[in-house]
Parts: sequence; structure tokens; C-alpha cells
Amino acid sequence: MKNQKKNRIWLGISASPGIAIGRAYRLNREEIKIREENLSPEQIEDEILRFKKALSEAKIEISKLKENIAKKLGPEHARLFEAYILILEDEFINQQIFTGIKEEKKNAEYIYNRVIQKTVQTISLSRDEYLKERVADIFAVSNRVLNRLLGIKQHTIEPLKTPGIIVAHSLGPGDVVQMKKGNVLGFVTDTGGKTSHVALLAKSLGFPAVVGLKTFFSSLKGEEMLILNGDEGVVILSPDEPTLKSYEAKREKLLERKRSLADLTSLPAETKDKKKIELSANIELLSDVETAIENGAQGIGLFRTEYLYLASSDLPGEEEQYQAYSSLARKLHPQNVIIRTFDMGGDKFVQDAERVYEANPFLGWRAIRACLDLPDFFKTQLRAILKASSLGNLKIMLPMISSLDELLKSKELLEEVKSELREKKVPFDEKIKVGIMIEIPSAALEADSLAKHCDFFSIGTNDLIQYTLAVDRTNERIAHLYQSFHPSVLKLIKKTVEDGHRNGIWVGMCGEMATDPKATSLLVGLGLDELSTSPLAIPQIKKIIRSIEFDQARNLVEEVMKLNNSKTIEKFLDEDYQTRFSNENSIGA
Amino acid sequence: MTEKKIQVINRLGLHARPAALLVQKASRFQSEIRLVKDEYELNAKSIMSVMMLAAEMGSFITIKAWGEDEVQAVEELAKLFEEKFGED
Repeated sequence: MKNQKKNRIWLGISASPGIAIGRAYRLNREEIKIREENLSPEQIEDEILRFKKALSEAKIEISKLKENIAKKLGPEHARLFEAYILILEDEFINQQIFTGIKEEKKNAEYIYNRVIQKTVQTISLSRDEYLKERVADIFAVSNRVLNRLLGIKQHTIEPLKTPGIIVAHSLGPGDVVQMKKGNVLGFVTDTGGKTSHVALLAKSLGFPAVVGLKTFFSSLKGEEMLILNGDEGVVILSPDEPTLKSYEAKREKLLERKRSLADLTSLPAETKDKKKIELSANIELLSDVETAIENGAQGIGLFRTEYLYLASSDLPGEEEQYQAYSSLARKLHPQNVIIRTFDMGGDKFVQDAERVYEANPFLGWRAIRACLDLPDFFKTQLRAILKASSLGNLKIMLPMISSLDELLKSKELLEEVKSELREKKVPFDEKIKVGIMIEIPSAALEADSLAKHCDFFSIGTNDLIQYTLAVDRTNERIAHLYQSFHPSVLKLIKKTVEDGHRNGIWVGMCGEMATDPKATSLLVGLGLDELSTSPLAIPQIKKIIRSIEFDQARNLVEEVMKLNNSKTIEKFLDEDYQTRFSNENSIGA
Repeated sequence: MTEKKIQVINRLGLHARPAALLVQKASRFQSEIRLVKDEYELNAKSIMSVMMLAAEMGSFITIKAWGEDEVQAVEELAKLFEEKFGED
């Protein structure tokens, strides 16, 4: 009768947000039973071969899984499976197996299981929760090998007869990837933690999940109604009517909000009086592209190429860069992608011997300054961009420009690369647009002359504020002096827009200010043509743009420009924002 | 022999992905490379060994290498730690 009790609440760990309501599907899996067997001397060689075969078959499986995930979620997620392959190929482990089989004359699965268990024990001794969760990664690999040795078919997740919630003792990343949206509503496991790869995948794929429920699986008969609350890490077993009703309402509300965002996605980013604003996304990783498109980005306003370096820990070569840029160009076509050339400290580009300590790295040898000093390095990046530009939707953006000289030198290098490519008859976009970041006060002050030599401006507010106010934005003691709405900063933005427009080029913004809902009216009023924000902020910013009258926004700018104190300005903008959006200031953020 | 003591500064320690990066990099060198933490000394070219080190954030590790490219090996592996394996 115990199971009849209504509303039994199980507390677990929230692995992936969202609410799912449905019947439980218990995932019964053949248990791995390891038997100890003695071998005769002549069987030993075959046993070693059998083990090697299991390894190579498991490797093929994992490689396939890796490709699958790379296609679905991007190469960063696929990295995990490189670690899996390294585990399979680990000499430290495999040598112990070979010796074990030979010396003890026992079967491969027995020896393998023992070595793995011993290794896992050592790792489990760690006090670090995160490392403990890596045990799941090792088992995900070793179970594959053991299944092969025991002739057990690798588990697959078959589609459920009716949509439901999967309940399992444990699941691996390979299982989650096989789940079909709409068929699997969410999943619950006894094992696992917040940072397990299963949790990360569930989040990326949008399955609500609660893990670490310890004994839930064995206490379940199957077919029971469940409420899975992934936001709070709670599962309610056999909920009563009122609980069910309240959760259904809650889920409806969430879906409603999602739908209204989706509706927004197809609407243009324009003011009530039809002034269009190009609303695009700042991204760092190729896998951010999907999020950007889902949220209605009209292109990529800033692709931070230095992350190619950070992600691969090696300076990316021409081919690797070309692959990244052309994949972006293809995914976004016909929308535009603005590729910003490497923006990082110069020490990253050179051999250790040439590294120099800098007292003020933010004022030092970085971004365009380092690139111009290392023309071969810079030309490699320009060549990769040009080669990927044939579709005609790539643009080049130069960071940290402080004078016309740097812009002209960069363009000279670009011309050199172009003529080299022409000679080799490599196709590229002859009319590729070149713009610059306006993030140094000298560039804003010289905007008029810079505008005559480039095709667009994009204002980087983070650095512009830091350099204008002489405030190191990483220094906490002066954090209060870092004021986004300082009148001097707003004047520089205003001047940049005016000078750009006078010379017939468009002016955008890719700094954090573009993502701040308080600033949107002001920025539209200042006449910015493009705002590039973090992907998740796009719906909210679009909503604000669609509520603005351009004329009113211009009046707002006039009022703000009369104020001479950043606190007053911020308060003024905040009040303006609150009066218009008092009920809904958290959409999509 | 070349050696260098470094500190693990990425928030999540030497979990699977950084361990994989470390092992892949280490395997590119001819030198025999070992990691030492407390009383343990393990092969830097084996991912299981590296994970068995259970090196969480804040722990100190000594990288040791023997071979023709030992200096470069130690430098490049230390750099991976310094750059937090591209994380955080």
C-alpha cells in the first residue's frame, strides 16, 4: 500500500531545467555480470586478441557517437568523446590487462573489470565532487568494452510507445543523444551530478532532468505518474489532482512565454514608426550560432576569433580558421557575419622567449598592435577570412584602432593578401567590407577621418568606458568609477554615430551597453543602425525596440544630453524603462 | 631532466577534458613526462593516470620530463595549466 501514497516527494539534483509531466518508463537493462574463468595456456593469446577486438569495436562506436554529437551540438561537446577514446587507448590500463591475462590466466572481462574498479576507487577517494563525477565517464567507456566482451548488445533508447519520462539507474551521454524530443519528456536517474556530461547534454538538448535520486529507480514499478521539476531538482511520485493541476498551469505558463518569444523571433526589429534596427548576436563559439538564430538574430555582429585560440590551446592554423569562418558563413547566409580579427595580448602570438612582461597590458602590445608587428601571422588570419568569403556575407572588423595609420596599414596588408589570392586564382569576395571597432577615445574623436577609409563602425563600449574614464575594469577598488552612462562616454558615442553617418557608413554597437535594456531607447535615439547583443538578450531588446517611437527616443536623447552626472542619467533611463515595462522586465534574459 | 612546479588554477581541476588536452599535448613529445603530486608520480601520457592524480583547483603539481625535447615539453604543459585549459 505504501506505493499508493500520493504526492511522494523525492529530492534530487537539478541537472537541466524545465517541467515535465507524464508516465514513468523504467529502463530495464541487462546487468553486467562478470564471471571469473580460468584459461589454459593456449587460450591466452586468443583472449588478448578478444580484448583488443572489444577495444577497437568500442572505439568505432564512440567515434560515431562523437561525429553525431559534433553535428548536433558543435565540436566543443564532441571533445568529451576524445577523452573517451584516450581512456580506451590508455597504455597504463591496457598493459595491466595484458599482463593480468598472461600471468593470472584469467578471462579478459574479469581482469579488465578489476583494473577499472581499482582505478575508479582511487579517483573516488578525492574530496572533489567534480572529479568524483568523472567516474561516470570511465564507466561509460568500460561498460561499452565489457558489453562487447560479454556479447551484450549496446543499449539503445527505443522511442517510447507514448510520450513519457525515462527513469533509469544511470544513463550515459550516448543515451541522451538518442532521445527524441516530444517522445521523451524528460529523464530521472539515481546516479549523476550537476556537472556530469549527461547534465550538460540534457541542457543543450532541452530535456528537463533530475539526477542523483539514489534509490528512486528500484522503488518504482513503472507506469506511475510523475512530475519532474528540473528547476528545483524535485520529482513528485503519483501526484494528486490539485498538485497535478498547479504544475500543469505552471508548465503552460512556461510554454506560453516560450511561444511569445518564438512569435517575436519572426517579427522585425523596428520601432513603432518603422525605423529598422539591425539586431545581431555576439558569439564566441560556433555552437552559439544555433542559440543566436533561435532567438532571432539577424546575423552575427561580432565573432570573437581569439576563442578559436583559447579553445584549441594552440594558435589555430589557416586551415582550422578557414573551416570555422566558412562554416559560419554557410550557417548564416544570407545574413552577415562580422569577424573580428584576433583581439588579445600580443604574448599569445609569439614564442616564450619573446614574451615580455607588461606593466599595463590594457595599454600594451595587443590586438591590432601585435597583429601589425607580426604581419605573417596577421596575413594568415586575413587569408583564412578571404578564402571563406565567397558567399559574400563575411565582413572584417579590426579591434583597438587608435589612429588612421593603423587602419591604412591593415588595409594594405589585406590588399597584399588579396593580390596573392588573385594570382593563385583562389576565389574570394572582392568587395569584402572592412570596419573598425571604436573603443579608444582617440578613434571616436577621429571618427570623421577614419570613416572616410572604412565601411562601418562598431562601438565597443566596455573598452571605450575603461579608456575614457581611465578605470581598469578588473580593479574592484575603483569599480564604482566604471560608469556606463558617464556623459563623456555618451558624447563620444554620439559623435561617432554622427561622423559615421555624415560619411555615409553605418554605425553599430557590440559592447555590453547594447545588451542593457535600460540603454535601448537611448541607443535607438542616438541613431545606431545595428545593435549586437548576447544571443539570449535578443528577444528582450527586440521587444523594447518594437515599443519605441523613434521621435520620442530622439527627445529622450536630448533630455539625457542636458544631464551632467552619470547617476542622474542612469536613474532617468531606468525610470523611463520602468514606466514602459513595469510588468515584464525579465523576458528572455 | 627538466622540471617545473605549477598550480592548478582552473575552477574544475583536471577533469576529463583538461586531462585529455594534457595527454594529447604530452603525447606529442618524445620525452618521458611524469606528473608528481604529493607522493604520487604518474605518466602524463596516460589519461587514467592523470585523472587518478585527482588534482583539484589549488593543488600543486610538478611536471618532470626526460628527453631531447624536455625543456619545450615542460614549458608547453605548464602553459596549459596557466591558461586554465581554455576554461572559466
